[in-house]
Amino acid sequence: MAKKVALLQGNEACAQGALYAGCTFFGGYPITPSTEVAEVLSVELPKIGGKFIQMEDEIAAMASVIGASLTGAKAITATSGPGVSLKQELIGYACIAEVPCVIINVMRGGPSTGMPTGPGQSDVMQAMWGTHGDHAAIALVPDSCQEIFSETVRAFNLAEKYRMPVQVLYDEIVGHMRERIEFPEPGELEVFDREAPGVGPEDYKPYDSTKGQVPPLAAFGSEYKYHVTGLNKADDGFPTTKASLVDAEERRQIDKVLDNIADIESYEEYLTEDADVVIWAYGSTSRSARYAVNELRKEGIKAGLFRPITLWPFPEKRTAELAKQAKAIVVAEMNLGQMVLEVERVAKGNCVVVHEGRVDGDPLNPGQIMTKVKEVL
Amino acid sequence: MAYDYEKSIRPGKLPHIWCPGCGHGIVMKGLIRAMDTCELDRKNTAIVSGIGCASRLPGYLDACTLHTAHGRAAAFATGVKMAKPEMNVICCGGDGDGTAIGGNHFIHACRRNIDMTYVLMNNYIYGMTGGQFSPCTPTGDLASTTPYGNPDPIFDISKLAIGAGATFVARTTAAHPREIDKLIVKGIQHKGMAIIEVIDDCPTTYGRRNKFRSVIDMMKRLKAEAVPIKAAAKMTAEQLEGKFLTGVLFEDTEKPEYTAQYANVIKKAQGA
Repeated sequence: MAKKVALLQGNEACAQGALYAGCTFFGGYPITPSTEVAEVLSVELPKIGGKFIQMEDEIAAMASVIGASLTGAKAITATSGPGVSLKQELIGYACIAEVPCVIINVMRGGPSTGMPTGPGQSDVMQAMWGTHGDHAAIALVPDSCQEIFSETVRAFNLAEKYRMPVQVLYDEIVGHMRERIEFPEPGELEVFDREAPGVGPEDYKPYDSTKGQVPPLAAFGSEYKYHVTGLNKADDGFPTTKASLVDAEERRQIDKVLDNIADIESYEEYLTEDADVVIWAYGSTSRSARYAVNELRKEGIKAGLFRPITLWPFPEKRTAELAKQAKAIVVAEMNLGQMVLEVERVAKGNCVVVHEGRVDGDPLNPGQIMTKVKEVL
Repeated sequence: MAYDYEKSIRPGKLPHIWCPGCGHGIVMKGLIRAMDTCELDRKNTAIVSGIGCASRLPGYLDACTLHTAHGRAAAFATGVKMAKPEMNVICCGGDGDGTAIGGNHFIHACRRNIDMTYVLMNNYIYGMTGGQFSPCTPTGDLASTTPYGNPDPIFDISKLAIGAGATFVARTTAAHPREIDKLIVKGIQHKGMAIIEVIDDCPTTYGRRNKFRSVIDMMKRLKAEAVPIKAAAKMTAEQLEGKFLTGVLFEDTEKPEYTAQYANVIKKAQGA
């Protein structure tokens, strides 16, 4: 049977991906250019008995998502840069309390109100370092409507599997672009459901590291009573200031991501095998970069594309290998130099690393990238 | 026979962090008695708080307890209640937490009339951080950040809640322990947003700075300033100067409750 297809906007594809993943709760606040995610879910969630709530502000939206997730619901919010800035404290809360949730950030220009209807890629460092305190982060950066669908599903899977907030970042161009989507059949994409506690209510500890790096999370309103706090806590969930317990918990929460990079990492390469110059680009910019690679090849320049799909944790290993192979890496992104700092860090001087960016609200076009490649070679 | 509070307290979690003379313990006992009266199944009860002395209360109680970020109790609680409307949801916290940093969530939870009971302990001060003035510190009073007397006007929390759309609003004080559980019981039984404001005392950071020589003096003040709403009806404006009303201040059983409204949305969406 032919697959169901549709012409969908990126934001609509995100909402459909959420539904495929089993999302039953959306808490949000209107903000351009993400609002269509909320609009679609306000229509679709009640049809399946799910809940949509438009909260009074961005912080409340994040709070409602965490609260809903604690009852066992797969929960999502969608926003843009200013909204993510406001949510940061509670993103940290979801990190330390280990509450699964998905945060969609449709990136626009900034800082502050910036250019609400223009594209940007300037929230990529914020996705890692926006909230205070040491923590791990997972951030995914799809570059097409189909991939927004599948990465939203994967974001839910990773959130539930690693018991943490997962951010999906795509720029306004991908968010508002319309493309043909093939809907995966049920079962075609993996859908990960939260692990059951595995012990009875009397023995349950919400942060019991003897149950593995990611202790199972029981649902409020089931048979399990437990305590959740944003304070540093011991394995039973209650606050502690005991140095050894605080240290162990903080490290476990970071290691659960860093020890599982193989599972979390995702990237695509295009013509990198013999590349002298690698264009390192994500989101809509990678589409310009792919075009640039084809044009440069026609001119006899051995260019290739490295496209991270998981941006955080940073694809260190493969970026370091490419730095040893290539003469140069051109990091193309719609900001004035963010991920280039990470690329420079792992390249360790093995090749030239340069940046090509713009923040004027226009997309980074292939010609601009090609000029930079020719300059550097 | 002494009331059995222990079955509601988590083993090993006492002593609590509150100072001698603080009224929060009185409120906690009132809340326990009220939950017992309403026979709330603790497995199906979420107790949600923000940050501050009063917000430490949920950690002591055996239930699904959620100690959130500063000011955010009502917003987290809204997520819990929306996702699982069959749960009993109780919020608790202080005046600074609930009406300053959390003021927006407070008024919008009232506006929605979502079914929860919010026990707000108003002790006129930010206690945990050492006695800075809150939106409820009386004008002219001393706090660590109002060394020349507080220039700010105050919030009347109960009026704020009524104005914002809560459908059950009651007030009492820590000096009226029996009224605390009676009002919380009514709040829990009420279908909609119930605000129980308990005027409380903070001898450590408010009392000492404002010439209350002892906890007894503070309790006497609470008793002297509290006027039951029925008694107030027979009093002149002059007699009511410097007093506040107690008891059930407002009740509306007509306004639809939010999760019930959303259940109608689901029916419509499903074509029923």
